[in-house]
Amino acid sequence: MEHTLTTQPHTGDRPRPAKNYLNAEKGIWSWMTTVDHKRIGVMYLVGVLSAFFVGGIFALIVRLTLLTPSHKLFGKVLITAQTYNRVFTLHGAIMVFLFIIPSVPAALGNFVMPLMLGAKDVAFPRLNLASFYLWVLGAVMAVCSMIFGAVDTGWTFYTPYSTTTDGAVTLMTMAVFVLGFSSIFTGINFVATVHKLRAPGIGWFDMPLFVWGIYSTAIIQVLATPVLGITLALLALERVFSIGIFDPKLGGDPVLFQHFFWFYSHPAVYIMILPGMAIISELIPTFSRKTMFGYRAVAYSSVSLALLSFIVWGHHLFVAGQSQLANVIFSALTFLVAIPSGVKMFNWLGTMYKGNISLETPMMYAISFLLLFAIGGLTGIFLGTLSTDVHLTDTYFVVAHFHYVMMGGTVIAFIGGLHYWWPKMTGRMYKEFWGQVGAVIVFIGFNMTFLTQFFLGSQGMPRRYYNYLDQYQPLHAFSTVGSWVLGLGLFLTAANLLASLRKPYDAPDNPWGGTTLEWQTSSPPITHNFEDQPVLEKAPYDYRPEPVAH
Amino acid sequence: MSTTSVDIHQPHGHPDDPHHQHHFATMEQQFDTSKIGMWLFLATEVLLFGGLFVGFGLMQARYPQEFVEAHEHLQRPLGALNTVVLLVSSFTMVMGVLSAQRNDKKKLVLFLILTIICAGIFLTVKYFEYSHKFEEHLLPPRWYHAQPGDTVKDPYTGQISHGYGTFFAFYFMMTGLHGFHILVGMILLAWIAVRAHRGEFSKEYYTPVDLIGLYWHLVDLIWIYLFPLYYLIK
Repeated sequence: MEHTLTTQPHTGDRPRPAKNYLNAEKGIWSWMTTVDHKRIGVMYLVGVLSAFFVGGIFALIVRLTLLTPSHKLFGKVLITAQTYNRVFTLHGAIMVFLFIIPSVPAALGNFVMPLMLGAKDVAFPRLNLASFYLWVLGAVMAVCSMIFGAVDTGWTFYTPYSTTTDGAVTLMTMAVFVLGFSSIFTGINFVATVHKLRAPGIGWFDMPLFVWGIYSTAIIQVLATPVLGITLALLALERVFSIGIFDPKLGGDPVLFQHFFWFYSHPAVYIMILPGMAIISELIPTFSRKTMFGYRAVAYSSVSLALLSFIVWGHHLFVAGQSQLANVIFSALTFLVAIPSGVKMFNWLGTMYKGNISLETPMMYAISFLLLFAIGGLTGIFLGTLSTDVHLTDTYFVVAHFHYVMMGGTVIAFIGGLHYWWPKMTGRMYKEFWGQVGAVIVFIGFNMTFLTQFFLGSQGMPRRYYNYLDQYQPLHAFSTVGSWVLGLGLFLTAANLLASLRKPYDAPDNPWGGTTLEWQTSSPPITHNFEDQPVLEKAPYDYRPEPVAH
Repeated sequence: MSTTSVDIHQPHGHPDDPHHQHHFATMEQQFDTSKIGMWLFLATEVLLFGGLFVGFGLMQARYPQEFVEAHEHLQRPLGALNTVVLLVSSFTMVMGVLSAQRNDKKKLVLFLILTIICAGIFLTVKYFEYSHKFEEHLLPPRWYHAQPGDTVKDPYTGQISHGYGTFFAFYFMMTGLHGFHILVGMILLAWIAVRAHRGEFSKEYYTPVDLIGLYWHLVDLIWIYLFPLYYLIK
């Protein structure tokens, strides 16, 4: 029988298939050996959310320590300076390498992208599983380095401190090395998938913008991560064999480490933010019921951000003894980043303009993203400007800036995307009311925590310091209280999502009236994704009414 | 944006060809996809070595005289011999792929074994070179012993400059990482040689031979850059 899929909103008018990807095979072994991109995505999701939880606990400990300048709670010193250094290092390393980098691509992207392309799987399913196991191995190594002596270098592992401090720095850098290969494998897989596995009828400019974002991210993962790998391998060799590359005592150059590190880690910032932007490009047209404004511009801006990300690393070294000429060049190049970011921002707003906006939970996160990312992006211009950066460098202003981009941007978009695709992934609807309450509390808590830190930084509070002057205490205390509000909002959100899992399947195939292909299969999808090979009939985000329905 | 509604229903799995994975429509699509994957992987390899090349270049700019003097301690004839060995191995690899395309199982196995032998010769020569370096203490800065002909002193300590040791630190890292790739290549070649012997490849399906061939050529190519970089600098 010919079964034609249309882009008409399907709202569960087809019977739910008895077998889906969740219950087709049973038992833990069937999960551990699966090559189904959807199951691997779910396993990644569980993994990265666990890492987010652990990293979040460390963040709360950092904030609690800074509640008072004496670090005392009920008359006792909470944690020592040494422990404090380890806690903020673990917070940063876990959040960056174990959570944000794999969060959107490896968890949500793995699940959604092949569906959006109408494919049965990613290009290399076994490589996909290998990538997950490398992530697990890296996570275990990172946890071991916490147990065996911890690491107190900060997540950037700057030399010469990282070559001289004791603790498990070598093990931690090896953990990040392994995680890097996990990321490379995901990237290779996704680039090949986008090139070769698009369903018939899907040209490059028929792909959903989420796929464009994930594709651009994958390119950065492939091209930047090997440099981090070799840098951390050199750092480990420097510690073990004293090879004299970064250690000035042996004729090495510690600033070389910074160059190498940021040659990866600045593109890595875009590995983190591009997928966040990609999610927003899905949420805004869906919940505004309007065609994406400037589709091609948004698609190209993702690719141009990926390319620009490789030539701005020097703005992390403005005060590290880089030449004046290099500083000026890197500063000018950094300003270019504002162009594609602005293109995206204005296209999202243009999409919402005169749209039929409905404020469901994912859309509330999308609007949070727009507000927070605007602040994060604009404060980036302060830091890209040489004269202001000299004053603001290594202060809480920088901390606030990148939390606005990384958490206010990526994490907020990730949670929005999680709500958006939750019905598809689990087959269950969460409670809309509590989802919205969670979104509001997260937004308030986030701003309490981090807006404060812009003031702290502009008044001169250095980052990573354990001690501070009494004059900073009110702002520090306010920020700490904000972190509790933020924690409460996230806890509520997690509880709301997890509570939905106890219900039987109740999600329709297309709860939001989305136009991309993932909404045209059942919720949850069957193991091979689609009953029949889907054929794209209309461009994504086409919300014009269908003249004749099939 | 076609508006066709063709039914191109594919059965799950392809019983006609066991190598054909279910999520590809055709074998050709599967082959092209594998090739894209391999090229991307090779790009990561280039960048992995690229970091080391950049580091070498920066250190050479810092210690130009030391690097020229240090390279005199390398055994140039052995390096040249290894270059020839690897070039020959690239030729045998190409012949192997060609044999697979021509459905010639015997020649495929033969050329794969010849390639493995070349790799073995390369590593044996490298072993003798490394032993020589260890005996003469041509090692990273902490263990480097001054050699006759080393003239540059550290202006602050009056000791022999760190630059000599830095040269050998990079020498060991880059040739070591390259040697590791040769070793991995030998294992992969042995694996496909066994599969070829079992008759698993034909002109319809020889993807692993082709991909490992690509890998092998890249490993050779990296040596083509390493040899002049270390053995022939002026």
